[in-house]
Amino acid sequence: MAIEVRIPTILRNYTGGAKSVEGSGDTLASLLADLDERYSGLQERLVDDSGLRRFVNVYLNDEDVRFLGGLDAPVSDGDTVTVLPAVAGGATP
Amino acid sequence: MLTLPGELRAAIIAHARADHPDEACGVIAGPAGSDRPERFIQMTNAERSPTFYRFDSLEQLRVWREMDDAGEEPVVIYHSHTATEAYPSRTDIAYASEPGAHYVLVSTRDPDTAELRSFRIADGVVTEEEVRDPVDAAPE
Repeated sequence: MAIEVRIPTILRNYTGGAKSVEGSGDTLASLLADLDERYSGLQERLVDDSGLRRFVNVYLNDEDVRFLGGLDAPVSDGDTVTVLPAVAGGATP
Repeated sequence: MLTLPGELRAAIIAHARADHPDEACGVIAGPAGSDRPERFIQMTNAERSPTFYRFDSLEQLRVWREMDDAGEEPVVIYHSHTATEAYPSRTDIAYASEPGAHYVLVSTRDPDTAELRSFRIADGVVTEEEVRDPVDAAPE
């Protein structure tokens, strides 16, 4: 089973520079746990105690996983998961 | 140093003025590794706030995929501050996630003066840099 996971520039130090890695799992949660076994520390950049980190966007194919159940989103062979840190900021202190 | 053609500088300021009093935001893409901003991409501020901006998540996916397909990268990421100076806030620094980008700040606090400044933000460190129009480059 192979699910492609596209890694943003800022997280490629966890994957040895790779912009795309493969993993397996039935849900996004298990996929991330699977990746963390080979790319230690990656999961913690994406997940905190309350679920997916607020300023990281995770997409399953063309959709934002926030609308697919977040970490419980089902994933299947042939899916592509894309991670993009949110681009955000502003004057707010 | 950021080399920014005059028409792109004007486009950033026009966008910031048009969205004032909300913060405006966007990207200027360029060929990967070239450090040349070429393609201006105005983005939606999903927060629509005078003090916070965030790219709409699906719009960001579309734009990032287009850049990837075209061999481009985000050379400039810009946004405006509507009542404070054109300098990265603690929030700007905390969320800066493209270490190779030039972070351009515009302040629209004064309707008659455009403040536009550029910064590198990496590992929590802000470094201001000069903004130069290529037509002003010294002749050989």
